[in-house]
Amino acid sequence: MSSITGRSELDVEPSGDDASTGRLGDRIFSGLATGSGAFVVILIVLIAVFLLSQAVPALLDNQANFLTDRVWDLTPGDLRFGIPDLLYVTVASSIMAMLIAVPIAIAVALFLTQYAPKRLATPFGYLVDLLAAVPSIIYGLWGVKVLQPYVDPVQTFIGDYFGWIPFFAPPANTGTVFLASVVLAIMILPIVTALSREVFDQTPLTHKEGALALGATKWEMIRTAVLPFGTGGVISAAMLGLGRALGETIAVTIIVSTNPGLFRFSLFSGGETFASKIANNAAEFDTPTKAGAFIAAGLVLFILTFVVNAAARIIIERRKAFIE
Amino acid sequence: MSTVTQDVRPETPPASPMDRPARSREIKNVIATVVMWLAFLIAVIPLIWILGTVLAKGGNLLLDSHWWLNSQRGITNREVGGGAYHAIIGTLLQAVVCAVIAVPIAVFTAIYLVEYGRGRFARVVSFMVDILTGIPSIVAALFIFAVWVTTLKQDRIGFAVSLSLVLLMIPVVVRSTEEMLKLVPNELREASYALGVPKYKTISRIVLPTAFSGIITGILLGLARVMGETAPLLVLGPYSKSINTDLFSGFMAALPTMINQDRSEAVDPAVNRVWAAALTLIILVMLLNIAGRLIARLSKVSK
Repeated sequence: MSSITGRSELDVEPSGDDASTGRLGDRIFSGLATGSGAFVVILIVLIAVFLLSQAVPALLDNQANFLTDRVWDLTPGDLRFGIPDLLYVTVASSIMAMLIAVPIAIAVALFLTQYAPKRLATPFGYLVDLLAAVPSIIYGLWGVKVLQPYVDPVQTFIGDYFGWIPFFAPPANTGTVFLASVVLAIMILPIVTALSREVFDQTPLTHKEGALALGATKWEMIRTAVLPFGTGGVISAAMLGLGRALGETIAVTIIVSTNPGLFRFSLFSGGETFASKIANNAAEFDTPTKAGAFIAAGLVLFILTFVVNAAARIIIERRKAFIE
Repeated sequence: MSTVTQDVRPETPPASPMDRPARSREIKNVIATVVMWLAFLIAVIPLIWILGTVLAKGGNLLLDSHWWLNSQRGITNREVGGGAYHAIIGTLLQAVVCAVIAVPIAVFTAIYLVEYGRGRFARVVSFMVDILTGIPSIVAALFIFAVWVTTLKQDRIGFAVSLSLVLLMIPVVVRSTEEMLKLVPNELREASYALGVPKYKTISRIVLPTAFSGIITGILLGLARVMGETAPLLVLGPYSKSINTDLFSGFMAALPTMINQDRSEAVDPAVNRVWAAALTLIILVMLLNIAGRLIARLSKVSK
C-alpha cells in the first residue's frame, strides 16, 4: 500500500548509481524512466497553460468583474460572469465538511491505532477504507434520496434556534449546501483517517510508555504523547480532505439545488460550487467563449486545490524532515 | 499520628494517588474510550447504509439475465426491461484504454523516482505526482476538453474520456508501484550488479518481477477509481441508450452516466434501473478494490 506520508521503513537510497554501462539498453531505459517523470511535470504545466489560454479570451470579453460581480450570463456578445457566489459556496461547503469530518476522523484513527483489539484493527481499517471506494455518484444518489429526510429535521432544528446567525438562517428549500457538506464529510472521512492513522502509528513507543509509566491513564497518554506527535500530520490530513471536498463534482451537483438568483449567505440554502456549475452546464459548451467562461471557473478551482494540496504536502515534508 | 488512629484504620485503606488515578481522571478515560468506539461506529454506518440501500433497491434487476445482456435502446422511462450491457461495456472499454495508456507512464515514473531520481528534479516529479493526486476530476476533464475539443476540434467521444481518466489513474499507480519498488531488498539489486548485470536488466529482470504483485494492486485500485468517475463523462462522454463499442465515434454509454441520466425520474421502472446501475457499478468497483487489497496482502514482501 502506498504510504501517504511518503515515509517507509525501507526508504533508504537504492544503490547502483554507477551500474549503468552506457549500453543502448541502459540509455533507452533510463531515458524512458526520466521521460515519464518529466511527462508528469509537463502534464501539470500543460493543464495550467491550456486552462489559462482558453480562459483568457472569455475573461477579456467579460463585461463584468470576474472576481467581484455576482452574475453568470453567457449571452453571446454580452458576456457577464463572476465567481464570488461560486467561491463562497465551494469554500463554505468544504470547510463545513471538514469541521464535521476531522474530529470524527481523528477519533477513528485513535480508535484504530490505540483502542481496537490488535487482531481486529486491520479489518476495521479496511472497512473505513472501503468508504473511499464507493463512487461519488452513489454518494450523491444516496444523499439526496435516502439521507435527506434525516438531515432535514436537523436543519430545521438548528435553523429554529440559531437562525439569527447568517450561516444558519432557516431552511428555505431542500437540497441545501448543508446536506452536501454532510455527504462530503463522509466522503473525505477515509482520507483524513488514513493519514492520521499513519502518523499516530509512528508515535515512538518510548513516548507512550513514558507517559504510562508516569501514571497517565490511556486517554492522558494519548493527549500528552500521541496527539502532540501527530499534530502536523493531522493538519495536513485535514487539508488533503479539504482539497478533495473543494473539487468534488457529481455528489454536490446531484444534491444541491441550483437556486438561481436567490443566493443567501446561509448553509441551509441551495447554490452552486465551481465543480457543480461546470457539471450542470457541461452540455452547453458550444462556443469557445462560452466554454471559456467555465474553463475560467475551472482554472480558479485548479488554483484553489493546487494551493491547498501543496500546503498539505509541504507540511508533511517538513514534519518528515523533523522526525527523521 | 498516634498509634490509636492507626488501630482504627479501616481494613481497606483509602485510595492513594500512587495506587490508581483520581475519580475524575478515570471518568475522563472512560468517556474517551466510549467516544472512540462511537466514532468508529459512526464511520461505518454510512458504508453499511449505502451498501444496504443500493442492494435492496437495485438487487432485483441484477438477477435477470437481460440486465447483463441487453441495452436500453428503444425503452422509455415508463417501460420495464432492457439492461445495462451498453453501459457496462462502455465503462470497461474506457477504463481498459485508459489503463493501457496510463500504466506504462506510471510504472516508468515510479522506476524513475526509486531507481534513477536524485536531487531537485526527482523532488519536483514527486511533488507533481502529489499534485496530480489532488486534481479534481472535473479539472482533468476541462483540460482534455480544452485540448481535444477546443484546440484539436474533435468530437466528444469515448477516447477523450479515457484520456482524462489517464490523468486520474497515473498518480494512483505511481504511488503504489513506488512503494513496492522501495520494498524490494537492496541485496537483490547489489547481487545483480555484482554479477555485472547492467542496470536496465537488473530493473526489468529482478526488481520489477519482485514488485509485480504490488504493481497489479496499483493498477486494480487505479481502475476502481477511474471507473467510478462521473465528471469526465459529463464533460466529454454524452450518454447513449444503444450499444457502442467504438471509442472513436459516436456517443458511448457508461454506468455513471446511465445513473445520472435518469436520477431525477419519478416513474418506477426508471428509478429501479438507476439503483440497479448503481449496484452494478458498486460491484465492479468493490471487486477491483478488494482484489487489489487481497493481492497486496497475500504477496507482501516480508520485511
